[in-house]
Amino acid sequence: MFVAQSSPFLKPELSVSKMMLVVLLALIPGIITSVWVFGFGVLVNIVLAITFSLLFEAVMLYLRKRPIKVYLRDNSAILTAVLLALALPPLAPWWLTLVGSFFAIVIAKQLYGGLGYNPFNPAMAAYAILLVSFPAEMTTLWTAPVMLGGHESLSLLQTLNYQLFNQLPDTLTLDAVSYATPLGVVRTSVINGLASISEIKSTGHTFGMLGGIGTEWVSLAFLAGGLFLLKKGVIQWYIPVSMLATMGFVSLLFGSFELDSNPSPLFHLFSGATMLGAFFIATDPVTAATTPKGQIIYGAGIGLLIYIIRTWGGYPDAIAFSVLIMNMCVPLLDYYTQPRVYGHNIDKEQQ
Amino acid sequence: MSISTHIQRLWSFPGGLKLDGRKQLSNEGPIESAEIPRLLEISLSQHIGHPTEAVVKVGDNVKKGQLIGHAEGTVSAPVHASSSGTVTAIEERLVPHPSGLPALCVIIETDGYDRWDNCTPLISLDDPQHKNLHALSAEQITDKVAEAGIVGLGGALYPSAAKLETARKKATDTLIINAAECEPYITCDDALMHNRPEEIILGILLIKKIVGARYCLIGIEDNKPEAFKALSDAIAGYERAIHEHCEQTIEIIQVPTRYPAGGEKQLIQVLTGKEVPTQGLPMDIGIICHNITTAATVYQAVYRGEPLVSRIVTITGGAIKKPQNMEVAIGTSIREIMDQAGWDKNKVDKIIMGGPMMGFALPSIDVPVTKATNCILVSEPGELATPPPAMPCIRCSRCADSCPMSLLPQQMYWYAKARDLEKIHDYNIFDCIECGCCSYVCPSNIPLVQYFRYAKNEIWDDERERNKANLARERHEFRQERLEKMKKAREEAARLRKEKLAKKKAEEKQKAAGGDGEKSPASSHADLIQEAIARSKAKKAQQQAQKRNTENLTEAQQRQVDEAEQRRRGKH
Repeated sequence: MFVAQSSPFLKPELSVSKMMLVVLLALIPGIITSVWVFGFGVLVNIVLAITFSLLFEAVMLYLRKRPIKVYLRDNSAILTAVLLALALPPLAPWWLTLVGSFFAIVIAKQLYGGLGYNPFNPAMAAYAILLVSFPAEMTTLWTAPVMLGGHESLSLLQTLNYQLFNQLPDTLTLDAVSYATPLGVVRTSVINGLASISEIKSTGHTFGMLGGIGTEWVSLAFLAGGLFLLKKGVIQWYIPVSMLATMGFVSLLFGSFELDSNPSPLFHLFSGATMLGAFFIATDPVTAATTPKGQIIYGAGIGLLIYIIRTWGGYPDAIAFSVLIMNMCVPLLDYYTQPRVYGHNIDKEQQ
Repeated sequence: MSISTHIQRLWSFPGGLKLDGRKQLSNEGPIESAEIPRLLEISLSQHIGHPTEAVVKVGDNVKKGQLIGHAEGTVSAPVHASSSGTVTAIEERLVPHPSGLPALCVIIETDGYDRWDNCTPLISLDDPQHKNLHALSAEQITDKVAEAGIVGLGGALYPSAAKLETARKKATDTLIINAAECEPYITCDDALMHNRPEEIILGILLIKKIVGARYCLIGIEDNKPEAFKALSDAIAGYERAIHEHCEQTIEIIQVPTRYPAGGEKQLIQVLTGKEVPTQGLPMDIGIICHNITTAATVYQAVYRGEPLVSRIVTITGGAIKKPQNMEVAIGTSIREIMDQAGWDKNKVDKIIMGGPMMGFALPSIDVPVTKATNCILVSEPGELATPPPAMPCIRCSRCADSCPMSLLPQQMYWYAKARDLEKIHDYNIFDCIECGCCSYVCPSNIPLVQYFRYAKNEIWDDERERNKANLARERHEFRQERLEKMKKAREEAARLRKEKLAKKKAEEKQKAAGGDGEKSPASSHADLIQEAIARSKAKKAQQQAQKRNTENLTEAQQRQVDEAEQRRRGKH
């Protein structure tokens, strides 16, 4: 009858598993749009990644003698899996997803101590490793978006057949279904001075209305999901706003000099994984800064790094590297951006 | 700062929570008087500070309001019999305290007459002009408050007279009356404001008179519009009295309902925009804060001469049939008032004293109501949380976002877990007011506040240990020094004795050799050297002795030395 328990006694409003679930829910519009734009490969990636990740998570929890059921129910492995899957090219072979899931769950998460203890975003750490280890697979297997009529010829079964057994229908070649991502095109052609933006625009294969063709719709859907998370109070505005604002500002600054060789801020914001990164990846609580000021700097750092790497670095998109680099700065940011505690260093005028 | 800025603008505090108040359960209806039980268990330690000393014996007949526990020291408050009857025992009993430790209680078997001891009011109630209020001195009121055993009824339990006395000596500019009552479920202050607003206003005037504050602000959460109206009407009704006794009127200010707006520091921040310095008191910034129930109790002591022998208790929760506010004699067992309000034994989940955010689970319901008992919350299953096992911290920083003190609970948690007390001290754990916001919002269900209480206790323990060790070391060093001194003194004495002996021998030798007493030039030369050496040695010895002893001190110096000595002894 008398339970020894300490205050507060009110029911908590949120749990970790519920938080993760809300984030997963917020990803759904983006996932649906991705499937529409890039085909069933996205769905296959998600299903495979979730399966592999839960498996690895369970095995690691068993080896680490942790309660498997409790931790599997926290939904964090599923979220990591979905984020990784969304970052992978839609025609990624199964083993790429397997290696990615292994690295995300086993190396980047569980070996560091599991939920809450990993310094690096597991999905992004895995993505970076895959990009460095398998550059060809990671860049050439993007199905052309629906606007270019790319993947319509591939059914779910045919997609599965390719991803699992590396077999395409006899009538199709990989070149026919894949395309060069807008960021990739800009990186290899425009920034290297091979073509001007207006030239690329005239091809109609790269630019959409806002950003990259195809990805702009996906970005808009992720933006909507992100706004939902903000409204739900699951994430705070500091990181996404500072990240997007910094990207916008820097690309505006540099873009206003040579309009034809620097993509516009809108292109940067609505291409690649910018929106996914801003609302779902950079906001990963475990690996982000925790103080408001620290989060603003953290987000701004990511935004700035994305622009730098996209423009002068060796990779077309740069969410993963930027996030990982800023992950390293988190202890420093947290330490130096502590808020003023009530009653400490009170302004003289207040006295 | 002028009063106008007080009124026109409200500040806010960081963090905080919008909670489901659940106050409608108990905030309607009058204040019922609880029955006087057959047995009263009155704890002799119902306040912060020294416990009181029993001044009654087993077998004594006592009357209601009669002193039974004498206050010891300045920070203490006397305890009175809360009904008439016979003392049947003075022994340790379980009392409602978070520590779960028993306390010495006076057990009174009541006679059912509830006869008052002689009550001597300072002001008679039939004084429509409140002229007598003029005649009263601050000391008189303070003495009455001390005599009546009044303590901070908002939960701090600090003896009010001691607080008022300090405020009177310091320049206290603003009196804040805390009527926020921000914890869910609790409505005892609300009920008091509804039912006895005049008593509150007169009590506030008395407190104001003691501390000499220019401004008086009543802070009330905006979820109590009826109480706000009742108080406003009472202020209007006493306008003349207020006008005569104060430069400024009593302002009643509604503050947004957000937990913990009733925290002293938060209310001060909301009403004045000022912050109480860390480790400091509101008095340091010219503010004194009193709970609204305390004010009413001051009124009772001064106008009716009644000491604090009863208080209003909210009895509420899903397992209580008729949630309500009751005026309960201190010492009544919690079971009695639960019985009176009606409770369903099969429905009981948790029994909590205080609110659900800062209260504590009672070890038993056979414990007495004390001056601290503002609310008894008896929940049914599913009403309050039964926390699932804690998950790892995911650093979501919701705790920091909700902290009204702008602390970093998550960092403090890491260091508390690692028992890195120095580091957790650096993260200002002692600014934590234990409001429970961080624990409530934690998605991992980490009992953060519990960790912080633990860490605070550990730090206090360490400090005590350190003090003990320091003391032991000091004592040891002192002893070593003393032994050294004694040794030196002995050696010096031995050497002097030897010298004297040698001199004597030499003289005898000389006498024996010289015969006629004429000194030979050679020996006289040796003598001179000897004498010179002796002189210089004596001088050195004297210098050394002067360094150590305190014989040649002036009177003032001597006094200082004595005082220092006394302090040292006091410490030991």
